[in-house]
Amino acid sequence: MYWEKEIEAMPRRELEALQLSRLKETLNRAKASTHYREKFNEIKFDPDSLGSLEDLGSIPLTTKDDLREHWPYGFLSVPKDDLVRMHSSSGTTGRATVVFHTLKDIQGWADLIARCMYMAGVRRSDVFQNMMTYGLFTGGLGFHYGAEKVGALVIPAGTGNSKRQIQLMRDFDTTTIHIIPSYALHLYTTFEEMKIDPKKDTRLKFAFLGAEPHSEKTRLKIEELYGLKAFNSYGLSEMNGPGVAFECPFQNGLHLWEDHFLMEIIDPDTLKPLPEGEEGELVLTTLTREGMPILRYRTKDLTRVMPGPCPCGRTHRRIERIKGRTDDMLIIKGVNIFPIQVEKKLMEIPGVGRNFQIILEREGFNDDMIVRVEVEKEYFDGDILHLERLQRRIVEELKSDILITPKVELVEPNTLPKGEGKAQRVIDNRKE
Amino acid sequence: MITRQISVFAENKPGSLARVTGILAREKINIRATTIATSDTFGVINLIVDDPDRAFKALTREGVMATMKDVIAVVIDDKPGGLDKLTQCLFKENININNAYGFVLESWKTAVFVLDVDQKEKTVEVLKQKGFKMLDTDALSSLEPFHYIKY
Repeated sequence: MYWEKEIEAMPRRELEALQLSRLKETLNRAKASTHYREKFNEIKFDPDSLGSLEDLGSIPLTTKDDLREHWPYGFLSVPKDDLVRMHSSSGTTGRATVVFHTLKDIQGWADLIARCMYMAGVRRSDVFQNMMTYGLFTGGLGFHYGAEKVGALVIPAGTGNSKRQIQLMRDFDTTTIHIIPSYALHLYTTFEEMKIDPKKDTRLKFAFLGAEPHSEKTRLKIEELYGLKAFNSYGLSEMNGPGVAFECPFQNGLHLWEDHFLMEIIDPDTLKPLPEGEEGELVLTTLTREGMPILRYRTKDLTRVMPGPCPCGRTHRRIERIKGRTDDMLIIKGVNIFPIQVEKKLMEIPGVGRNFQIILEREGFNDDMIVRVEVEKEYFDGDILHLERLQRRIVEELKSDILITPKVELVEPNTLPKGEGKAQRVIDNRKE
Repeated sequence: MITRQISVFAENKPGSLARVTGILAREKINIRATTIATSDTFGVINLIVDDPDRAFKALTREGVMATMKDVIAVVIDDKPGGLDKLTQCLFKENININNAYGFVLESWKTAVFVLDVDQKEKTVEVLKQKGFKMLDTDALSSLEPFHYIKY
């Protein structure tokens, strides 16, 4: 049941010693990057002086803004020629956060995914249908490489085209799927339309649910509808992507792979570390990444470390499923969207007035994003065709930027709340 | 002979039209004709009123997004072929109609057809030559009450 028993069940003391030596290596590698060289110089920090894991607290936190500021190569610790792949976080354009990988990074990442999949029960005999976007998004290629490493047969299905997805599952006896939870729920309606019962008419055993936080209730619903075991997958592109933390067969918390990542839980306001077990923001440091080490990265995800050992025997500590965000990031159909992105795009479009509002609705199993946009008074000339053209343009421009096709509603000037805060800008009506 | 049409932006929801007519009623402005063009979530209400300037001021003062536009109000015969005579004439002159709507002036006698066209001056000239009567804002406001039913 272990992919690498000696690592997964490594005694804590040994694991922490491994972390410390890897942390020292990471700090020395990080020193080669423009960003960390500057930071280390500022605080006169010498990586070799690090005595314990706790000393890491003296290094400044890294934020998404830092990554943007040093875009694209300011975090590189190796010459560009050593890189073999880049990925980018979902939903952002322009100065998106970009992460670069060396061949060893890619292999290490694939190994982590293989570990996750094997832990859940996937073997060489399994057929894995990867229903995530292939491309810049890490969910597609990340799992693809991991599944090949396990030796499963991979169907690189990608997203969308529900009927074809179901056809593939039936034609090739898919046993394992990697899917966004909201899409899993949506896909079930297509099963119903086609009068196919996934419980009886497919061989599905496992589902990996990722790219979107979801509740225990949603997991149980998916397990019930499909008749399979669903596992929660956590990751972020800055830390490779999926494969950072994953549920074991006990499905009680996600084992965070501490041989690859060093975790801290901090108070998002004071930025001070919190005692073990308290809920706060997850902060991660890469321990094996060569191309682009990232130290003390603020994930903005809220969770806590679960106390005590897991009955599965793995010594890597578990985090609870993500409770929420410390910023205003929205996750819609697995895509990360910041209201500021919508705002920026809207303000570039002539005819758009001052205020806008994002409304998120859940219709059945489908999430909808409605963007209400004020029309600029000067733009209105009484011609409905011009308004329709403006509406279409807003849809197209937003779609190209945030990758979600919103419904755009035009409204009169000064009818929407003026506030800057998330509370006024975003109304999330999605209920579990 | 140009008259002015007021166009109002309105969300496609209950109360949008009532808000506009409420303002006009308070200002004692008479609506002579109206049409509504609707898209999915919004629409445009076009109004021909007896006092467009005052109506426009009142609406914008209340925060209604409105605009004024020159249109041509042509008097046609309210009988079979009445509108056809006008449109055939515009077609011959290759004049494109962006929007149009009509209302009866005196049943079975005369009606008014409101035209929104690109080439306004040319259209007015053409219609004059062909002997069509057009109404300006003053003429529209002084129109006798409509006789919808004639005994």
